[in-house]
Amino acid sequence: MSEGNASPPVLELRNVSKTYQIKQGMFGERKPLKAVNDVSLSLQRGDVLGLVGESGCGKSTLAKILLGLEAPTSGEVLVDGEPIGAQNRRLLARRIQPIFQDPYSSLNPRKSIRDIISLPLRVHGIGDSASQDKAVREILDVVGLPSRVMNSYPSQMSGGQRQRVAIARALIMKPEVVVCDEPTSALDVSVQSQILNLLGELRREFGLTYLFISHNLAVVEHLATRVAVMYLGRIVEEAPVGALFDEPRHPYTEALLASVLTPEPDLGVPDTHLGATYPNPIEPPTGCHFHPRCARVMERCKGVAPQLTSDGEHSVECHLYGQESGQAVA
Amino acid sequence: MTRTADTLLEEIQGPTPGQMLRKRVFGHQGLLFGVAVLGLLLLVAIFAPLLAPHDPYAQDLLARMQPPVFLGGSWEHPLGTDHLGRDYLSRLIYGARISLLIGGFAALISGLIGTAMGVAAGYFGGRVDMAVTFLINVRLAMPVVLVALAIVAVFGGSLQVVILVLGFLLWDRFAVVMRSSTLQVRSREYVTAAQAIGCSTSRVILSEIMPNIVNNLIVVVTLEMAHAILLEAALSFLGLGVQPPTPSWGLMVSEGKQMMLFEPWLVAIPGITLFVLVLAINLLGDGLRDVTAPENRS
Ligand SMILES: Nc1ncnc2c1ncn2[C@@H]1O[C@H](COP(=O)(O)OP(=O)(O)O)[C@@H](O)[C@H]1O
Ligand code: SF4
Ligand SMILES: [Mg+2]
Repeated sequence: MSEGNASPPVLELRNVSKTYQIKQGMFGERKPLKAVNDVSLSLQRGDVLGLVGESGCGKSTLAKILLGLEAPTSGEVLVDGEPIGAQNRRLLARRIQPIFQDPYSSLNPRKSIRDIISLPLRVHGIGDSASQDKAVREILDVVGLPSRVMNSYPSQMSGGQRQRVAIARALIMKPEVVVCDEPTSALDVSVQSQILNLLGELRREFGLTYLFISHNLAVVEHLATRVAVMYLGRIVEEAPVGALFDEPRHPYTEALLASVLTPEPDLGVPDTHLGATYPNPIEPPTGCHFHPRCARVMERCKGVAPQLTSDGEHSVECHLYGQESGQAVA
Repeated sequence: MTRTADTLLEEIQGPTPGQMLRKRVFGHQGLLFGVAVLGLLLLVAIFAPLLAPHDPYAQDLLARMQPPVFLGGSWEHPLGTDHLGRDYLSRLIYGARISLLIGGFAALISGLIGTAMGVAAGYFGGRVDMAVTFLINVRLAMPVVLVALAIVAVFGGSLQVVILVLGFLLWDRFAVVMRSSTLQVRSREYVTAAQAIGCSTSRVILSEIMPNIVNNLIVVVTLEMAHAILLEAALSFLGLGVQPPTPSWGLMVSEGKQMMLFEPWLVAIPGITLFVLVLAINLLGDGLRDVTAPENRS
């Protein structure tokens, strides 16, 4: 994958941060909430980057930044090497499309399936209505829906069918990157695997690049080529999927993996057995943000924030692997 | 490909939202009654020149205050005549025009103002929202009737002045309801999806948000229409609304009030029509709310 001067990554984040100012109480002062804190990531064409972390760690905020729906407070997002700040939103829309979590909320209940799926074509003025209809029929077939659903409404469809419609809408303009924000979390367990399989097939068929967000490691295991683990706005570990599952380094990744091995990992938020609850992101813990919940916490973790260390493909942000500590205690 | 097989098993079930709406509309008696009465009054107003047996302005001082037929009057004046001998039925028929014109245009003007403000506040939030909320509070601090009285007293009463005054005073409920409806809908993922597709802000608002809040808008339109009609009647009753000899129902009540003890029907007839019109509009609004609400739940 890293062949020196290959083409630039399809998608690259450079030191991206997003800080919300949260007002507490009626006259309370505004406090900064670092929803995304200095994140750098890159996706090569055809990659599926799984982004995993508990609810509230900043995954959706990161997705919105990629889609150009939120401006980062600092840092840069590059698509094919070009910063998206400079790109027209409409051009960006043709390259990056989202699939959201809740198919009951992501389809406008007042519109027919035809209108929903053809909206991107109409907004971008692609083709006339006959060719748009044809494109809708084709994409419906691709996502496994019969073309007669064109005249149906979202309320007449099941969750899985709706999510297929959302996928069709995302793919109809042949984007390069699809940002899937928890695309199966709201679906029945039996339907989840159908949608995951479909996303896998589509990726192969169209050479798509995915950012696949989930709070559950088990969901990304079969689809992802790389996995990034996020905690309180930071990427604490990133590795190829095999390496991450076989030899996780960060204690948080270990805890997430342990939770995947519980009998029914698909049901809701994984129980991380982490004891202490998820911290308040407005007042994150000092030093390593994870230290109050870490099973292997050391004295210096409480005061000093760990630096990112990387051996080629596998990077981690933890004092256990820091240069200063020298040896890995894995 | 096997993909198709998966979902063909699950059939598309149930009627379309349009079919469901139609079914609920025809099962709602209040709504049907409201539509029927309002439709009838609308036809009466439009075809007033054809329906009215007499010129509503024509005085006949020899035939003053003749009683309606059911009180022993003649069919020449089915609802009798007023203190100037004008045919009461004809004035009532032309009065429907005034009430509906004022109700309709006042609701249209205030609806445009209030919807624009409310939707902008809900969609953009932040400073826009603060400014709109401030304006709403300023408006709510003003007593409508007193302000209307003052303006009409200064500029004189006429149909246009009354419409403008009410239109610029009654937008508060539109703004409040549209603001909260927009807030609710704007965070739905289909709005985010439309933004990610590259839709312009106006397209997102008009095509994604408005269709999902228009039912609330219609309910407020009916409320404010009834409100404006009653206010016009009140202003006219106080002599500060539309001016005589215009046949307004409020004015008819006012003109009849001196004779109320001897000829109570002079007040009762326009009073009852006013009541029926406002009742019909309110039933229509209630019915529309009932009929359109279930779709929001899914
Ligand atoms: N528009 C916003 N304003 C203020 N805070 C926000 C906003 N969006 C998200 N947040 C906060 O940022 C943090 C990350 O949220 P989010 O990205 O939705 O997390 P995730 O998708 O991982 O569950 C949360 O603490 C959330 O409360
Ligand atoms: S830096 Fe310390 S507290 Fe943080 S994860 Fe590593 S060992 Fe645990
Ligand atoms: Mg999220």
